[in-house]
Amino acid sequence: MAAVSIRNVFKSFGAVKVIQGISMDIKDGEFVVMVGPSGCGKSTLLRMIAGLETITGGEIAIGERVVNDLEPKDRNIAMVFQNYALYPHMSVYDNMAYGLRIRGRSKADIEARVQKAAAILELSKFLGRKPRELSGGQRQRVAMGRAIVREPLVFLFDEPLSNLDAKLRVQMRSELQSLHQRLGTTTLYVTHDQVEAMTLAHRMMVMNAGRAEQIGAPLEVYSKPATTFVAGFIGSPPMNLIPGRVADGGKALAADGDVRLRLPEPRPAFEGRNVLLGVRPEHLEISEPGATLLEPDIDFIELLGSDSLVYGHLGADKSGPRMAARLHTSVVAKEGRLPLRFSAEHMHLFDPESGKRLEA
Amino acid sequence: MEKRVTFRSAWLPYVLVAPQLAITVVFFFWPASQAVWFSFQLQDAFGIASEFVGLENFKALFADPHYLQSFKTTAVFSLAVATSGIAISLLLATMADRVIRGALAYKTVLIWPYAVAPAVAGVLWAFLFAPSIGIITYVLKGMGVDWNWIIQGDQAMLLVIIASVWKQISYNFLFFLAGLQSIPKSLIEAAAIDGAGPSRRFWTIVIPLLSPTTFFLLVVNIVYAFFETFGVIDATTQGGPAGATQILVYKVYYDGVKAADIGGSSAQSVILMFIVIALTAVQFRFIERKVQY
Amino acid sequence: MVEKRPLLDLFAHAVLVLGAIVVAFPIYVTFVASTRTFEEIMQVPMPLLPGEHFLENYAQVLFAGTTTGSRAAVWNMLLNSTIMALIVPLGKISISILSSFAIVYFRFPLRNFFFWMIFVTLMLPVEVRIIPTFQVISNLGMLNTFAGLTLPLIASATATFLFRQYFMTIPDELAEAARMDGAGPMRFFWDVVLPLSKTTMAALFVIQFIYGWNQYLWPLLITSDESMYTTVIGIKRMIVGGDAANEWNLIMATAMLAMLPPALVVLLMQRWFVKGLVETEK
Repeated sequence: MAAVSIRNVFKSFGAVKVIQGISMDIKDGEFVVMVGPSGCGKSTLLRMIAGLETITGGEIAIGERVVNDLEPKDRNIAMVFQNYALYPHMSVYDNMAYGLRIRGRSKADIEARVQKAAAILELSKFLGRKPRELSGGQRQRVAMGRAIVREPLVFLFDEPLSNLDAKLRVQMRSELQSLHQRLGTTTLYVTHDQVEAMTLAHRMMVMNAGRAEQIGAPLEVYSKPATTFVAGFIGSPPMNLIPGRVADGGKALAADGDVRLRLPEPRPAFEGRNVLLGVRPEHLEISEPGATLLEPDIDFIELLGSDSLVYGHLGADKSGPRMAARLHTSVVAKEGRLPLRFSAEHMHLFDPESGKRLEA
Repeated sequence: MEKRVTFRSAWLPYVLVAPQLAITVVFFFWPASQAVWFSFQLQDAFGIASEFVGLENFKALFADPHYLQSFKTTAVFSLAVATSGIAISLLLATMADRVIRGALAYKTVLIWPYAVAPAVAGVLWAFLFAPSIGIITYVLKGMGVDWNWIIQGDQAMLLVIIASVWKQISYNFLFFLAGLQSIPKSLIEAAAIDGAGPSRRFWTIVIPLLSPTTFFLLVVNIVYAFFETFGVIDATTQGGPAGATQILVYKVYYDGVKAADIGGSSAQSVILMFIVIALTAVQFRFIERKVQY
Repeated sequence: MVEKRPLLDLFAHAVLVLGAIVVAFPIYVTFVASTRTFEEIMQVPMPLLPGEHFLENYAQVLFAGTTTGSRAAVWNMLLNSTIMALIVPLGKISISILSSFAIVYFRFPLRNFFFWMIFVTLMLPVEVRIIPTFQVISNLGMLNTFAGLTLPLIASATATFLFRQYFMTIPDELAEAARMDGAGPMRFFWDVVLPLSKTTMAALFVIQFIYGWNQYLWPLLITSDESMYTTVIGIKRMIVGGDAANEWNLIMATAMLAMLPPALVVLLMQRWFVKGLVETEK
């Protein structure tokens, strides 16, 4: 187990800049998730830590050692690939034992380690089988077993659950969590799925176009998103971002279509300024008359059983901005206006040009 | 087409390619360049001295009626072998694709002429068509045909064409079968629903979709007819009678080995090289385009 | 087959049966001839049922050749053919799998140049460079040797291409996982690439065995010593005169022997053979 230090790392493929100055200090034993959309560079960053990609600028250290020039096998790390990368012609046992054999461990040592890992992952019955005889979930576990037997300093996971069906994914998520609790190894995990990020991470790095937009614990990223990108990426449906101008001495937002939205708490400091008002769909509630802050005209409703997702437009004749609300009741009406309110702690303001969060 | 993952080593890759490169240089590039060199030389009667004569050998070739005749012979021969080989195999493959019962048995019988050497194929058919004792000769004579390929040039040509095609049927058959089986059934079914009967489907859907395979086989068969049929000819007609079956590659051999005309033979080799390179280039261009679609 | 067309089905079977007959007929006649005496064959028409001289004819050619044509014993020729037909595929496969591995999995200066050099060999079959290759072999003192028989045939790149194509389909992650497991390139080659390439090697073996066995022009050129004849050119050397002068029964027996091993290989390894053919040329 070791800490991992990413210090101002850059990566270019020829003229194309893929990673543009990322830094993070990962503590020993921490489970860190790198999350972001396709192409944001998260896999590249992981592969740089693994040693499968070279580092154009900056340093990566594992433990106390700077590993920039070290081969993967010398970094004392293990990796679980998205496509499992199991050797198709070897049995499960041999797949897990391969790395140990190369390192010259004794047969008894190998046997002990493989059996132990197989027991943890419930693979003991499958040790003699070949990968093609296993299901997707089982193959994924063999890939994890291969990583575990090496007892490395760091685990690296590259979108390991992407190839599994939804139900299996949920199950594997909890298995990953219990595995981490049991082994306590520093883990770096890459995914594009924000639910995985939120549930598994001690801390997460939200990435976009080669930069880290925000690094923090899941709840912090959720409740205090640093940029509009982070605000829109975490949470489903994404946070409502309503463009407008702060008016009425900071008490309201003037938006398109003659919409005037009362703010739950005045923000006089931003009077006259163009902002993006952010509020998550799940933080909107049906309001008593008089407490209504906004009243969208319903476009359509999705009934999920436990919740209702309401999509609508603000303003007369739906001429204002679009928005969504997630309500914990079954909304009966299919049309008309819905009186809604939200509290001050759930209000976010962002600068429209930079996308950055505006602190009150 | 690159692998994302590569190993780095300053010396290992060179060691790995060395054996193949060594053999390629010694037994391919060196002789090939020698052939080009000799084609510009004229050897004296004893083969001791040689004189650089530039393009003389080439000019002599193109002025030689025998050589031009052999061009014509080769063209006729290769086109006949290629087209009949392709037509017959296509027919067989289409039928084989249709039947389910006995398909494996038919396939097994039809593919093993591939194992027969062209020279042996030539001997077999020469035996069947032997002017005095051949079985088929007997039948032909019964039908009033005067068959004697040793004397009649056209018949000799027919003999070698038949032997060459017979041997090549398996190869073409296999490729056509693979091509037919790679046509999605859903296309055929859609056509059937649109009202097309088997014949119309064959001509308007199957044939166009098979065109990459057909083109590929055309080139392969032509190259086969140019070169690999040497065995057929040497084992039967030896280019006779009177040069009726003397294809280009046979003349290279005859002039170089029997007549000891190194310069002329080498010049012929060089010309053949150009033809093959052109054919291969055409084939690769076409295959590349096919891959895009 | 989408709709029921019994007439078309009948036609299909008829065509296939006809095809099978045309393909099999020459072999059958050859076999019959190989079991008859010379006199029986000289009758016109030749009998179409097998005769009673099977053992006699085959024993004759195997041990003593023909009387009017070449006297070389066929068993020796069979041996030579076998050796040649084994050396060519084994040689080709071993050098090609190594160079293919180097070209696909390494990045090094001159890589593309070497690739094209090897690629070019596909374009020129041995028949085009016979005279100078003969001289090279002669200068190296390899006439009438197995080395001389096989080396120029090993020089073409068919195997390299097949391997390259196959290696391209091996997932990148497998190599990355091996790297993480600590395997160097040769270890990866031995433990992972080689076992995975087994089917490709089998397919290549079949094709190249047949190619080596059926070689004609090249052995014709470089073997003058009867003890180095291969079966295929041995047959040619038995044909000396017109119809009446050749001992057709013995020639046909030799032909049967020449056809047998490749035919067996094709039949027994049919699956790999088909795969090998269809993949080789793409």
